[in-house]
Amino acid sequence: MSETIQVPTMAECLAQGKQPEVLFWVGCAGSFDDRAKKITKAFVKLLHNANVDFAVLGTEESCSGDPAKRAGNEFLFQMQAMMNIQVLNGYEIKKIVTACPHCFNTLKNEYPELGGNYEVVHHTQFLKDLLNEGRLKVQGGKFKGKRITFHDPCYLGRANNEYEAPRDLLRKLEVELVEMKRCKQRGLCCGAGGAQMFKEPEKGDKDVNVERTEQALETKPEVIAAGCPFCNTMMTDGIKAKEKEGDIQVMDVAEMIANAEDL
Amino acid sequence: MLDYLPNILFLIALIAGIGYFTRNIRKVIRNIKLGREIGEVTDKKERWGNVVRIALGQSKMVVRPVSGLMHIFVYVGFVIINVEVLEIIIDGILGTHRIFAFLGPVYDWLIAAFEILALLVLIAVIIFWIRRNIQRIKRFISPEMKGWPKNDANYILYFEVVLMLLFLTMNAADHQLQHLGAPHYIEAGMFPVSSHLLPLMEGLSADTLILVERIAWWFHILGILVFLNYLYFSKHLHIILAFPNVFFGKIRPKGQFKNLESVTNEVKLMMDPNADPFAAPPEGAEAPAKFGASDVMDLDRVQLLNAYTCTECGRCTSECPANQTGKKLSPRRIMMATRDRLEEIGKNIDKNGEFKDDGKQLLDDHISREELWACTTCNACVEACPVSIDPLSIIMDMRQYLVMEQSAAPTELNVAMTNIENNGAPWPYNQMDRLNWKNEV
Repeated sequence: MSETIQVPTMAECLAQGKQPEVLFWVGCAGSFDDRAKKITKAFVKLLHNANVDFAVLGTEESCSGDPAKRAGNEFLFQMQAMMNIQVLNGYEIKKIVTACPHCFNTLKNEYPELGGNYEVVHHTQFLKDLLNEGRLKVQGGKFKGKRITFHDPCYLGRANNEYEAPRDLLRKLEVELVEMKRCKQRGLCCGAGGAQMFKEPEKGDKDVNVERTEQALETKPEVIAAGCPFCNTMMTDGIKAKEKEGDIQVMDVAEMIANAEDL
Repeated sequence: MLDYLPNILFLIALIAGIGYFTRNIRKVIRNIKLGREIGEVTDKKERWGNVVRIALGQSKMVVRPVSGLMHIFVYVGFVIINVEVLEIIIDGILGTHRIFAFLGPVYDWLIAAFEILALLVLIAVIIFWIRRNIQRIKRFISPEMKGWPKNDANYILYFEVVLMLLFLTMNAADHQLQHLGAPHYIEAGMFPVSSHLLPLMEGLSADTLILVERIAWWFHILGILVFLNYLYFSKHLHIILAFPNVFFGKIRPKGQFKNLESVTNEVKLMMDPNADPFAAPPEGAEAPAKFGASDVMDLDRVQLLNAYTCTECGRCTSECPANQTGKKLSPRRIMMATRDRLEEIGKNIDKNGEFKDDGKQLLDDHISREELWACTTCNACVEACPVSIDPLSIIMDMRQYLVMEQSAAPTELNVAMTNIENNGAPWPYNQMDRLNWKNEV
């Protein structure tokens, strides 16, 4: 990619008197975590490629409060939520897209009662719309015919009943989509939800991510597709624990599309 | 007068049976009302739809086809055979015999349907027993299923076997008496199942047959009354409570957890630059609510109804990622512990007239912190429950108590929360570096 991609902030847009069509909520993982940043960059490339007029909050974005809420700290959650809502409402945001199902769920479902009403979509839903509108073109490319299994993020799937958007995107890549025996409504968690990402697991026989990785490996995939930065980390760790990192990749659906197109 | 003795005895049994049951159901309602009020119930149309689909229609049972189908046999059998119970009650009070026989062919088909259902119930119940006791399916032998829960499950199955066998024996004896042209035993009914028992009845005198028929009739109806009263002590209450429970079940997206209003008020006050932090609370203001739940009174009434509704099938636990990987958490046990504690409090009230502090609570005495912190909030348990129970909401309320009332979160979580507070992310990164990725695009 030779041309540089512009990532405008809302503050810059406001200064120029512009209102972008969508705010890209990057999330903490997407902003700071080295692995998740790759997803962020891939998604931004796709936005750019589809000529989407977007902006980010940049340093004005703060944790959505999801891990605090799931950990039981309602106070901290609402502090975060209200600060974010002040910022979002200040910029008169209407539509938000995010690559993190946790941010997606919290912004979409838990912010309205606190005064934050936006149309919130997950990046797989947004990309699907771009394809349907013909703004983004995707063809098989690199992944055509490859065995891919999709791991449903709990906060996209069960929590918000979205199972098809990521799968539709994978089908567009003409992959051989193989389902794990536990998928969709009965998909097994990667083990990171409920603030587990930030603590050691309780005593048990096995780690949840290893269990889930074993289920994924049963499908003999070449790539495990994910739609959540935390699932991505957990599954990547699982693959390492199983010493399969040489054979199997864990990739976000957005990364797969960007890679297929060689963006 | 002596002629009416059976009618009188029947009426006494009926009144005693229904009376004791009513008394106990009142206790259930009283105990549920110990929970917090739930506010106005909205979206009634959607809720009734759920009752039709999930409770009446058993839609979530068939996610597991074998147990789902077997359960439908028992459920439909239970509901339909109750029409027969209606006839038994009328006959018992009036001293009549097969009072609905005037329906003619309709009656014949009804009895035939009851018999076939009774057979299906028998088969299903035997399969259930095998699954529990011989096949020993994992969800039926988990640690929380030792002792009473295990016996309770088996007693229910034995009850159902005995009731169905009594029903079929009664019909077989009746059928044979009809053949013999015994007075009072009018020709009525079609007996596709019990007719296979006729060889057992051959050669028996009319008097013996009447004795067999009467014994089966009496034990059948008395058995039903005993079973009705057993519900209160059993996990089997779900046959009644599943319906209201589904009605009151969560209809928001599963990922939407409720926002605590008491917290909202405080946060708004903190963020309001014009608020006076030292202002005295307004006259008559209620004391701030306790954050989260440490005992059953802190839960809401739907959560307590959930606890009474749970029939300990363990589908939640078998789907739980924490439980599957050997952690102590079992969502079913969360529901069982909640009911145990609620009944403990109920007994305390029965004894003392009102609740006297017993030095115990739901947290620690019934549910450990280790269980609460093992949850990934993935909603698999909520999705799995065939009757819309939400174990996750109880786990969340108890976590809130631990964190907000006791500052007792695991250390690593405290670190993450401090990071969120100080730099707006759960990791110790500088907020000003949030957009650094932009330069790498």
